[in-house]
Order: sequence, then C-alpha cells, then structure tokens
Amino acid sequence: MTTTGVPEQRTIPVGHGSMPRKEDERFVRGHGTYVDDVVLPGMLHGAVLRSPHAHARLVSIDTSAAMAHPKVRAVVTGQTLEGLNLSWMPTLSHDVQAVLATDKVRFQGQEVAFVVAEDRYAARDALELIDVEYEPLPPVVDAHRALDTDAPVIRDDVEGRTDNRVFDWETGDRAATDDVFTRADVVVEQDMLYPRVHPAPLETCGAVADMDAVTGKLTVWTTSQAPHAHRTLYALVAGLPEHKIRVIAPDIGGGFGNKVGIYPGYVCAVVGSILTGKPVKWVEDRSENLMSTSFARDYHMHGEIAASRDGTILGLRVRVLADHGAFNGTAQPSKYPAGFFGVFTGSYDLQAAHCEVTGVYTNKAPGGVAYACSFRITEAVYLVERMVDVLAHDLGLDPARLREHNLLRPSQFPYRSKTGWEYDSGDYPRTLRTALELAHYDDLRAEQHRRRDRGELMGIGVSFFTEAVGAGPRKHMDIAGLGMADGAELRVHPTGKAVLRLSVQTQGQGHETTFAQIVAEELGISPADVDVVHGDTDQTPYGLGTYGSRSTPVSGAATAVVARRVRDKARLVASAMLEVDPGDLEWEKGRFAVRGDPDSARTISEIALAAHSDLDLPEGVEGHLDASCVYNPPNLTYPFGAYVCVVDVDPDTGQVRVRDFVAVDDCGVRINPMIVEGQIHGGLADGVGMALMQVMAFDEDGNHLGGSFMDYLLPTTMECPSWRLGQTVTPSPHHPIGAKGVGESATVGSPAAVVNAVVDALKPYGVRHLDMPLTPAVVWRAMQGRPLRTDLAIT
Amino acid sequence: MRITVTVDGTRYTDEVEPRTLLVHHLRERLGKVGTVVGCDTSNCGACTVHLDGQSVKACSVLAVQADGSEVTTIEGLARDGELHPVQRAFQDNHALQCGFCTPGMIMQSLDLLSDNPDPDDEAVREGLEGNLCRCTGYQNIVRAVREAAQHMRPGAGPKAEQRGESTAAATATAPSPSTAGGVE
Repeated sequence: MTTTGVPEQRTIPVGHGSMPRKEDERFVRGHGTYVDDVVLPGMLHGAVLRSPHAHARLVSIDTSAAMAHPKVRAVVTGQTLEGLNLSWMPTLSHDVQAVLATDKVRFQGQEVAFVVAEDRYAARDALELIDVEYEPLPPVVDAHRALDTDAPVIRDDVEGRTDNRVFDWETGDRAATDDVFTRADVVVEQDMLYPRVHPAPLETCGAVADMDAVTGKLTVWTTSQAPHAHRTLYALVAGLPEHKIRVIAPDIGGGFGNKVGIYPGYVCAVVGSILTGKPVKWVEDRSENLMSTSFARDYHMHGEIAASRDGTILGLRVRVLADHGAFNGTAQPSKYPAGFFGVFTGSYDLQAAHCEVTGVYTNKAPGGVAYACSFRITEAVYLVERMVDVLAHDLGLDPARLREHNLLRPSQFPYRSKTGWEYDSGDYPRTLRTALELAHYDDLRAEQHRRRDRGELMGIGVSFFTEAVGAGPRKHMDIAGLGMADGAELRVHPTGKAVLRLSVQTQGQGHETTFAQIVAEELGISPADVDVVHGDTDQTPYGLGTYGSRSTPVSGAATAVVARRVRDKARLVASAMLEVDPGDLEWEKGRFAVRGDPDSARTISEIALAAHSDLDLPEGVEGHLDASCVYNPPNLTYPFGAYVCVVDVDPDTGQVRVRDFVAVDDCGVRINPMIVEGQIHGGLADGVGMALMQVMAFDEDGNHLGGSFMDYLLPTTMECPSWRLGQTVTPSPHHPIGAKGVGESATVGSPAAVVNAVVDALKPYGVRHLDMPLTPAVVWRAMQGRPLRTDLAIT
Repeated sequence: MRITVTVDGTRYTDEVEPRTLLVHHLRERLGKVGTVVGCDTSNCGACTVHLDGQSVKACSVLAVQADGSEVTTIEGLARDGELHPVQRAFQDNHALQCGFCTPGMIMQSLDLLSDNPDPDDEAVREGLEGNLCRCTGYQNIVRAVREAAQHMRPGAGPKAEQRGESTAAATATAPSPSTAGGVE
C-alpha cells in the first residue's frame, strides 16, 4: 500500500469492465467541489421570498425595511425585473414562467422577491422584513376540476386565455383501436394515478453568479445537468452575448432530472450580481427545493386493455389527464408534449393502440418530467404493467405467464410499435425467464398459496418494461429549438495521455470513469490516462446534457466515434513512421503493426509523439492527434428488463415490507458492470420509495403537504432490501459499441412491480388496484374497503 | 461569542453569532466544505461529523455548543494522505455515486463501527438509518461498511478515526458485482 494518497495499483481494464471510479478519490475525502463550496472574493448571498398562497393577487410589496437592514445590498422584486425585461422567462416547453411574481402568485412557494446580503443569515433575516399584501383567489387544486367551466383561470397573464388547458395530444390509431375493442372478448378498464412526487436530489439547486463589469463576462457556477443549454437560455433570457457567458457545472450532488431547467433563483442570482457588481450565491433549502422545483409524474390515467379470452392482448386505449402546475415547464423534446408516453404499448405485440393526453394548469409548482422518467416512460410503463396485471386478475391468469404469452419475440426486432416507435433489439422471453428463475417464481407461488391458507398476506409482483432512451435524432427531437445531437472532442497529447471533452454532465453516474473506458477500449491506453472534461461551457463542445439516460446512447457513441477517428489518423501517422501503406497496417489494441510482421509496430503513444514531431506526414494529414464529432443518433436505444418483487403485508397495520427484489436488466453492452449495477440499485430504491412512501399531496387551499423531509419520505436503509440483480445482453445494433442507456430503467420498471406485489398480496380482500404510495394508511383503508385518494388531503 | 474548536486536529478561535449552526461554522468560517447540507429538518445526515468522538448532525448543533470540543470531519480522516479503511472500502465497493451523502455516511459508519466492530447487514442498516442516500440504493454502502469492519479489526474502538494497525493489510480488490444468471 502506498502512503502518498495515490490509490494503490489495482487491476484496471484497458477498456470495458468493472473498475473503481476515478471520481471517488476526491469524494471520499470531502474534496468534491459542489456549488455551495464555491467561494469568490466579495461574494454576497441571495435568498428568495416565497408566496404563502397558492393563488393570490399581488397588491403591494414594501421592501423598505429590508433595504434598511445594514447587511442588505439589494432587494429585487418583480417590478425591478420588469424594468430589465426579466420578470418572465421562457420555459423548456414554449411557455413562460414568472421569475418574480408581478401580477399574482400561482403556487405556494412561488418566488416573490430576492434579497442580496453579506451573508446567508442576514439574507434570511431580511426576507422577514419584506411586507407583501396579497388578495387571495380561489385555487385550482384538483386536476379533474381544472377544466370545469367555473374554474378560475390561472394563466390570465396570457392574452385571450379563458381556461386552464395546456395542450391536447394524441398518438396511435383511434379507429383501428376502437375496432379492436369492439371485436375483443374481454375489455378491462382501470383508473390509476401516478402521484406527484419529487426527485429530491440530496444536494438542492443553487448557483454562484459572477458578472464581471469590466470584461462584461458572466460566469455562473450552477447545478445544471445541461450547462450548454443553460448558456444559450441565459443568452436568450438576459440578452447577453453567448460568448460572454460561461456556465460551469461543478460536481453535482445528484440531479435525477431536477437540475435540467433554469429556475428563477438562478436568474435572480445573475440579476443580483449585475445590480451589485459582486458575485452572488443562491442555494435553496430543502423545503424550497421540494415546493418550487421540478416535480415528477402527476398523471391521472384511465387505461383500457382488450384481449381474447385466452389472454392474448389485442389493444390498449388510454386517456391521461396531466397536471402541469401553474407554468408549463416540462423539460422534454418540444414535439412531444407528453414526452415519450407513446411507448405505453410496452413490451407486447398488439394489434392497435391509441392514447390521448390533456395537460392542465393547476395552482402548483411547474415540472412533470423529472426523477428518472425518461420523458414520461415511468408513467407509460406503470400504466401498461398495471393494466396487464388487472387483466390477469380479471381472467384469473398468472401475471408472469400472461406476460410470457404476449411478449414481443426476438425475431420481431427491429420492431415498429403501433404508436410508431422502432424498438432496436430485444430478447424479452429470455430476460423474463432469467428473472423468474432467479426469483424462484414457482416456489414463491407455492409458498404464497400455503401462507394464504394461514391468513398471511404475501404478494408477488412482476413487471416487464421496455425503455426508450438516448434522445435523440435531430430531425425529430429538440429542446427549446436545440437539436439533441451531442459533441465530443478527443485530443491525444504528445506523451500519449489524452483529454476527452464532453457535452454531457455527470451527477454521479460515473462519466469520468466510463467515458475514459470507452476511449481506452478504442485506443488501447489506460483509462487512468484519459482525463474527462465536462461541465464547463468554455472548455467543452456543445450538447444538451445528461438526462433521459442519454449519455451513453448519444455521447458514449460520440466518444467511440472520435476515438475511432483518432485511430484512423493514427494509422496514417503510423504508416508514415513505418514507411508502409496504411492498408498494410493492422490494429491491435494500443498499436498498429505491419501485417505479417508483428515486430514492426508503433504504439499509440509513439504515434502521438510522432504526430507532434517533424515527421513528414502524408499529403492532407495535419499534425497532432485529435478529432471531434457531433453525434446525431439514428434512433433511440431500447433497454428492457424483467423485475420480480416479493412483499409481506402486515394484515393488522397495512405495513408493507419488501422482502425480495430481483431485477434483470438488459442494456446491451455494459461499459462498466459495477457502475451499471450501482445505477440499478439506486433506481430500485427510487421505485420502492415512490411505490410505498412518496407523494406531494395538497389540501383544498393549495397548501403543499409534502414540503419537507418530515412529510416527504425518502427510503432509508431500512426500507430497501438487498437487491438481487441479473442480466442479459442484447446489444443495440445501431450504437457504435452496442450499448444502451440504463440509468433510469430501474426507476421506470420497479414501481409497477412493487404495486403489483402489494395488490397481489391483498387479493383475499378483493383489491384490484391501489394508487401509490402504498403507505400503511392507504393499504389498511383498502383492506377496510374504503380506498383513500392519495393526492389530496380530502378523504 | 468567542469560541475555540479543534477541527481535524487544528485549533480555531473565532467570534461567532450564537445562532450560527456548527455546519455553517465549519463550512463558511473554517473552509471545511467537505461536510455538506442536504436538508433543513435534521433528516438526511449529510452533515454528520464527530463531536468529541460521537457522531452528530452538524446542522442541528450550534457552533457555540462545540466550544472547547474536538470535531472530526471527513477531511480529517486520511493520515499522511492515506485513506482511512472506511473511505477505502467505500471506494472499493462502489458505495458512492454523486458523493454528496458520502462524507456524512462515512462519519456515521465510523460511529457505528465504534459501537459495534462487527455488525451484520441488519445492524449496519439500523446504524445508518439516519443517513439518506439518493444514488446507491444503500446495498453497496452496507457492503462497504462490513468490509471496512473486517479491515479495521481489531482496533475499531471508540476512537475509530484513529486507524487500526491492520489497515496496511487491507487488500483492495475490484468489486465483484452481485450479478447472477444470464449471459455475459
């Protein structure tokens, strides 16, 4: 063991395979650099005053007492921002959002004023000194009432708007679907709610904005999953030239989709810095994070499934009411107002499918797309996997066998779904079989049978999901007009060490390690010798960032492509060095050798040095060893998986305990299996948390009832079982290294498995469906035959 | 108020407001930003440090309450640049991803190991119940703590931050993922 702080030599694969993370050394020592760790000379601190009302007209704001506070440097209100034309900002969904309220407040926790002070305590003190007079208005809380003719119009800032409708959207073939339903032996229906939850990264959102009045350059350290997109949006919002904006996403303490969009606090920090001429730090607290930043889900779904009597699924028909809150801030490709919900046909071979989605405004915070949803695939998978279980319930069939019967077959890939998605590859039956064997499914059913006879409640839940990740083809997918292709740049230094610059932004997913491994695999140099640079818009190529599990599909592909371009150039350099035709060279991992003369070879290191030397290079070959690329993916990648959850339910209290959870994921080629498994573990914990504990409910006045960790519960060590993982490998045929995304799979696939298990356990009580979260109260009430609505504090 | 706190072996004397939280004193006055804040209701444990050898959530202690005390943070664990066995075990077992809960998690793990030098899975889970993690699903953390316990035996006494002799014998290996079934 060394004593120098350098980790001892371990077996590190030159390429794909499990290896310890390069990131860990700084994190285990407390040497990461997160936004709140950033300290600049003269830095001031900002704090946001928030609305106590869900819906109220702003009558007046008196900031004089706050301004008089000796440590306060600035107090910003909506009126201040109006003067700068900054009181509203564009969202990622072609809507606008109030930065600081000017006319009225539209959700509890909305930003009303911003104080800049010498320290964070003083800033908070000064918030208390601001006097705001509100005239309360009736709020719209229940999405089902949002389109009532007498519902108050929330968005009266938009000229001509007379209701709370955000959009209507549909996909699939309505006539064909109706026809299938008319002919089917069996039609089952079920209402279900995917309740409003929150990604709650352990680090909240924050920024340090530094406007240099001399150079005119704005630098923003920020919790951003998409720093380049943020830079462009700052340019559009603030009217600053883009080359004078530098966005730096340092280490991020988890994102989970919470840190994709721009929040009013960031803009306020920028304004605060412009007004004071000093750097301004704004870091929200947990309550602010939960109450005002991007929520997830809130889909009220009505599913119908048509089948023949033997359990052959024929069609799916779905209606969704989507609660978007007061501003449509959904972070998703702009042509997809309901994200990729269109993949709701799941893993099954149907004759027809149709769905329609209506989005509505309510007096709640904006958001919707977050928390590892892959643009609404969480909702899509939950819908279809619950519906299949409801069908199994009604037909008296085993839910695993019913799935087996209906899964797409390997020979059907690439498969064009009835809603137009082209699944790239899959061997679903094998993956389901692997999971059922690992879970000892048949033994579990036998055990359940025995225990039911004793009055014990044991449930087994299965879910099989198909994900769609890696947005996406430029032609179809853009965010705020920015095409979803991502850049990569690779430069090999003269001494053979390399630097890879990426547009994506890790928030813990291990990019610094795995992207170095991709380069290592392609060039045969150690991952330790590849520095991965990301997060600094001055230093990295343009791209749209990390969310939707798109890093591996898009930037992973870009990385393999640039490495291959470097290799192609290295071949030309090597041919000059060895004085042979490039076609006579053979690539062996890490070197080019002359065909038939393996002793005549040059390593990538030697080639790198030569490329920087006085060596005569062939016509058209410039010196140096580098390449760049913009990767425009031809399609998404479609990872999939089979999950089995086993629960015990206490018949006296309704308490659910997850006893076992088996997850078999197939994400194609695994770059670093250790990291893939860690991603899955985390996602499974999300799933258990959502299924059993998490909801952001509201009372009839629009009060947020999940505004802190006292009420908004996250799973601890005690709620999570030891996960049992398996895998199959079905590579993506269109991806340069056959890898699919995976980060969100477990969050997408697991909630249905847990709910299916609990509903299965409650079969003796005649329970057919229960809405999440399955808290003891919800389960107990269901056992009493008195179901509880989980999203409203109205029983 | 004037307080003197020894943090990671260094004595600091400062004038602080009585209401200043220990975590802010550590971060903002002393520059010990390795300890982080994850909530405002004392639930998450991201700010866990040792106060006179016992773990505390530094967001729920006033700096003035630490007057005359010894505080150990994540930044004080490594000796001569060498990782503490718990730090090493977290790295070896992929027990961290974003790294934000990690400092508090490691400090709490040390506290747990000083109470119970050889905990089973259940004891580790109970011992870490006050520390939230959003990334790992906890399993690799449990594995890391149990492995650290093996590397620290004997010597995981009350002064757990003072590493046991057996540290140097720690054999670090690449993690063996709990994969089963299927085709590679």
